[in-house]
Amino acid sequence: MKVWTCVVCGFIYDEAAGLPEEGIAPGTRWQDIPEGWACPDCGVAKADFEMVAV
Amino acid sequence: MEHIVIIGSGLAGYTLARELRKLDKAVPLIIITADDGRYYSKPLLSNALAQGKTADQLAGAFAPVMAEQLNAEVLAFSRVEEIDPVARSVRVAQRVIAYSKLVLALGADPVRPQLAGNAADSVLSVNDLMDYARFRERMAGARRVTILGGGLIGCEFANDLSHAGHQVDIVHPALHPLDRLLPEAAAQDLQRGLAGVGVTWHLGHTATAVNHAAAGYAVTLDDGVIIAADAVLAAIGLRPRVTLAQAAGIRAARGIQVNRLLETSAAGVYALGDCAEVAGHVLPYVMPLMAQARALAATLAGTPTEVVYPAMPVMVKTPACPVAVATVAEGLAGSWQVACGEEGVCALYQDDQQGLLGFALTGKQAGQRQALAKRLPALMP
Ligand SMILES: Cc1cc2nc3c(=O)[nH]c(=O)nc-3n(C[C@H](O)[C@H](O)[C@H](O)COP(=O)(O)OP(=O)(O)OC[C@H]3O[C@@H](n4cnc5c(N)ncnc54)[C@H](O)[C@@H]3O)c2cc1C
Repeated sequence: MKVWTCVVCGFIYDEAAGLPEEGIAPGTRWQDIPEGWACPDCGVAKADFEMVAV
Repeated sequence: MEHIVIIGSGLAGYTLARELRKLDKAVPLIIITADDGRYYSKPLLSNALAQGKTADQLAGAFAPVMAEQLNAEVLAFSRVEEIDPVARSVRVAQRVIAYSKLVLALGADPVRPQLAGNAADSVLSVNDLMDYARFRERMAGARRVTILGGGLIGCEFANDLSHAGHQVDIVHPALHPLDRLLPEAAAQDLQRGLAGVGVTWHLGHTATAVNHAAAGYAVTLDDGVIIAADAVLAAIGLRPRVTLAQAAGIRAARGIQVNRLLETSAAGVYALGDCAEVAGHVLPYVMPLMAQARALAATLAGTPTEVVYPAMPVMVKTPACPVAVATVAEGLAGSWQVACGEEGVCALYQDDQQGLLGFALTGKQAGQRQALAKRLPALMP
């Protein structure tokens, strides 16, 4: 499981935790999140996120 | 032939260019910018010091790389001095550049505090990458830092500076930090959180003078108290850059006024980001500019598209006490229901039907922001 961070605002997406409040179940891999998804804090598109190794 | 000119290479200018290229790969595009044209994310500037990040580490691609990625011409270090909306051209030094569509993505200037004293000019502000580079250099030798302004940006810098080992004083005219955004209980929690990491508050006061002292500076407050500081940082607000537009007869009030198509009062001239006042809203945050950029890109690509604002909570990046706030849309009446506990403050602004209109969450409660945001009415449906 990986952790991703928004390059614009620093929001963190942790695959293990998912985002249940956004309807994204724990364990959802980054690649399985819909392309139209955007950062919940700043609205940057999924394509513009960057991966951070933890 | 159709060609688009964007003035400004901040998040607004570059995001618009990127969104436009998703829809139209070919239309000639020129981006003119007064700075170096390097891509960077401004929100990261207020929590980079404690992470030890240099300006270079925060920055992304240089102007020539951005130009290639965006299939655009990027004119860096080029300040537009004049817009001629009749001839449809802009002037940069001696050069006149024609446009068929012009986009103003000019950003906002930090408000300079009104200060007496022989060191008033030494007060720093951080509003772009180059400011950050200067700021970081100055912080290297500074132990005590005084911040003027306890708003969002002032509080973020206070947290970051104290994490980085500096002794921070904040001077703020209201009795609580972030008083314009937060109800009292939430503001007090933030105040306590920052005090807990060593920040000293001077609430209910303003600074009147900054003078050179034997070591560093002496910051004088309106009650005569003097704070010793090695550096002074102002974060007392931002003012949309409107003068270039106003000089061209383009209508502006708090910001450059645009309708929901992001059109100014001049034909073929648009505005977005921190410089814009969109149907009466001035919202200097990333979420609104992303929504604007997507709508304007579609409009410029030939499909007139009005900008829509969902509810857009703002996160205050103060790890000592994270805060999420969704301000109440104008004209909506209700009252605050405040619950405080170990997990922080959960303040909900509700109408008399228990409908949620806004919120302020601190500490662990901030984690609920996305779930609660879904229950809020759209800011501009
Ligand atoms: C420290 C800090 C932290 C922040 N944190 C957050 C956050 O966590 N979340 C959030 O949502 N928002 C945050 N914000 C706000 C957010 O960063 C801004 O809303 C956003 O970056 C504005 O982008 P912009 O492109 O409109 O303006 P800018 O980035 O200011 O860009 C303006 C551009 O216009 C150019 N320009 C201006 N005049 C001329 C001219 N005459 N000729 C040519 N070029 C010109 C400038 O050189 C620059 O390239 C923060 C802001 C600051 C300062």
